[in-house]
Amino acid sequence: MEIYDLAADGLRGLNASLHALKGTTNQTAWQVKNPKGAHAIAAGIDAPIDVTVLGSTGYYCAGMNKQATVRIKGSAGPGVAENMMSGTVIIDGDASQYAGATGRGGLLVIKGNASSRCGISMKGIEIVVHGNIGHMSAFMAQSGSLVVLGDAGEALGDSLYEARLFVRGSVKSLGADCIEKEMRPEHIALLADLLKRGEADHLARPEEFRRYGSARKLYTFNIDNAAAY
Amino acid sequence: MTDFPRPPPRYSATFTPAVNAEIRRAAATGIYDIRGGGTKRHLPHFDDLLFLGASISRYPLEGYREKCATDVWLGTRFAKKPIHLEIPITIAGMSFGALSGPAKEALGRGASAAGTSTTTGDGGMTEEERGHSKTLVYQYLPSRYGMNPDDLRRADAIEIVVGQGAKPGGGGMLLGQKISDRVANMRNLPKGIDQRSACRHPDWTGPDDLEIKIMELREITDWEKPIYVKIGGARPYYDTALAVKAGADVVVLDGMQGGTAATQDVFIEHVGMPILACIPQAVKALQDLGMHRKVQLIVSGGIRSGADVAKAMALGADAVAIGTAALIALGDNDPKWEEEYQKLGTTADAYDDWHEGRDPAGITTQDPELSARFDPVLGGRRLKNYLKVMTLEAQTIARACGKNHLHNLEPEDLCSLTIEAAAMAGVPLAGTNWIPGRNGGF
Ligand SMILES: Cc1cc2nc3c(=O)[nH]c(=O)nc-3n(C[C@H](O)[C@H](O)[C@H](O)COP(=O)(O)O)c2cc1C
Repeated sequence: MEIYDLAADGLRGLNASLHALKGTTNQTAWQVKNPKGAHAIAAGIDAPIDVTVLGSTGYYCAGMNKQATVRIKGSAGPGVAENMMSGTVIIDGDASQYAGATGRGGLLVIKGNASSRCGISMKGIEIVVHGNIGHMSAFMAQSGSLVVLGDAGEALGDSLYEARLFVRGSVKSLGADCIEKEMRPEHIALLADLLKRGEADHLARPEEFRRYGSARKLYTFNIDNAAAY
Repeated sequence: MTDFPRPPPRYSATFTPAVNAEIRRAAATGIYDIRGGGTKRHLPHFDDLLFLGASISRYPLEGYREKCATDVWLGTRFAKKPIHLEIPITIAGMSFGALSGPAKEALGRGASAAGTSTTTGDGGMTEEERGHSKTLVYQYLPSRYGMNPDDLRRADAIEIVVGQGAKPGGGGMLLGQKISDRVANMRNLPKGIDQRSACRHPDWTGPDDLEIKIMELREITDWEKPIYVKIGGARPYYDTALAVKAGADVVVLDGMQGGTAATQDVFIEHVGMPILACIPQAVKALQDLGMHRKVQLIVSGGIRSGADVAKAMALGADAVAIGTAALIALGDNDPKWEEEYQKLGTTADAYDDWHEGRDPAGITTQDPELSARFDPVLGGRRLKNYLKVMTLEAQTIARACGKNHLHNLEPEDLCSLTIEAAAMAGVPLAGTNWIPGRNGGF
């Protein structure tokens, strides 16, 4: 186990060391002490390592992550796991705005609540939120899955493309072109798997969720839909 | 009937035939006009400026004999690996999607042969371009199509796109006709849909966030790459100052003449400021911060010739970027395709429906048959020639002004033909020492 004191040794040293692990490594477990809300902690990793951050993080923790598992033993600031490619990011606390924004792969688990714009422009990432999510979540979401055990705020899935949204609680309002869709057996199966991997299978059952997706009405411009644009 | 001289029919200066045709088009289709290219209306531009040349008080350099250097360093502020270009004329970001793969390859070939860089665009990095561009700038756009850390690391610089001169405040669009399988796959979208890219970045808003975003990108790329920030010509003084504050190495400033692959005509013609008005404000912001020449300024929007390059640099830019002119050098809008332009209801040099993907020259298309018409090797050679000519032209002017480097050109080498251009560019009206508004503030 490598232990890195961020307050003492600085961000650059941490990220440089983590980037140097690209390829094969024996140093598979890292602990980051004293994160104190610093930005870009563990951003740009490309190695199958396990990094645990002992506290809360600032913006863009684990940004563009590949392969690594990053655990945040606190809450995460804006843009956690933004543009993640693969790997897993698990947050014990809450996540601020734009969690998992533009993510292309991997799994993001938020055990608390997520703020607005969770999963904005997501492109393949899987996101499991144990609590609630804020407004404009999954805006222009292209693909991937967003699972919410709690409630969703206003304008969920506005201008949605092909991402799949599952919400167990209430949805304050749906955004333009986002509609409720039928839950078919394949969705139940998908959800069961996501709940399991999202460490939430003891908290909820797939049958309790509703599914939302794109009505695909805005895919081709039509003047009669102008009010929706 | 009395016979009297009949005046010819009189057209309205307000309701011209072109205006009326647009009203009829809108009434018939119910959709605004979308097109490619830049502003078509007349605007104050570099043509309104002249160089004074040498005289008794300033002596010229011998053409061909005495050296006039053209190189430029970009990204010297923070990047561990700044970029060194042989000429200060770069190729602007144009998306794969808007352009065909072979067209991107030709840009890479031509630019590399001339000693300059190309820039990716919305839609991500293609092998064609990475493979043929010695120096490649990778755009970081609101859409983030294809964005990934591997491409960030194999780029030579990163350009965060905040705005574009053709549409400051607007997002991108790529209409269904151009969303081929490959384009759809790179963008992670269904094939054949009308695709809109966002106008704001999904994970930051405002200058304070931008500073953190730049820091994150530097961390991901280990502080190696120069980071550019591209802005449309909207509020260049403040935007430049804020980009510098946020930590940019280079500011890319695109005036309203700047081309686009597809935007609403109303946006292209009515939003933003001409590049002539933008450059002095950006330069002033850099000077006020003590950062002129430390944070480099690249300007674009309607640059066509070595004279335009020299004028932009005399106003304080470190380099320029070209989009439309590069496409024309490759062969776009060439009269040799006139018969086909006619079939599309247009004519060579006026064709701007790049978004429809039916470009007879095979450049702004994803249609395999049309793009097969375009030879990337020949296109690259033509672009190289054109870049060399522009450089020679700029050197010719610089030598005549007694400058041994293009960077030594200065506003004092210029005068203006019109009051408007004098006020915007901040150089005196020809034959006077009058710079309108100089003491009246911006
Ligand atoms: C076909 C085409 C595609 C473009 N695509 C992009 C793009 O993807 N991203 C971007 O920042 N600018 C884009 N631009 C704008 C150029 O980067 C540049 O700002 C502009 O072309 C400069 O003006 P000029 O065409 O008058 O030289 C595009 C321009 C054209 C002509």
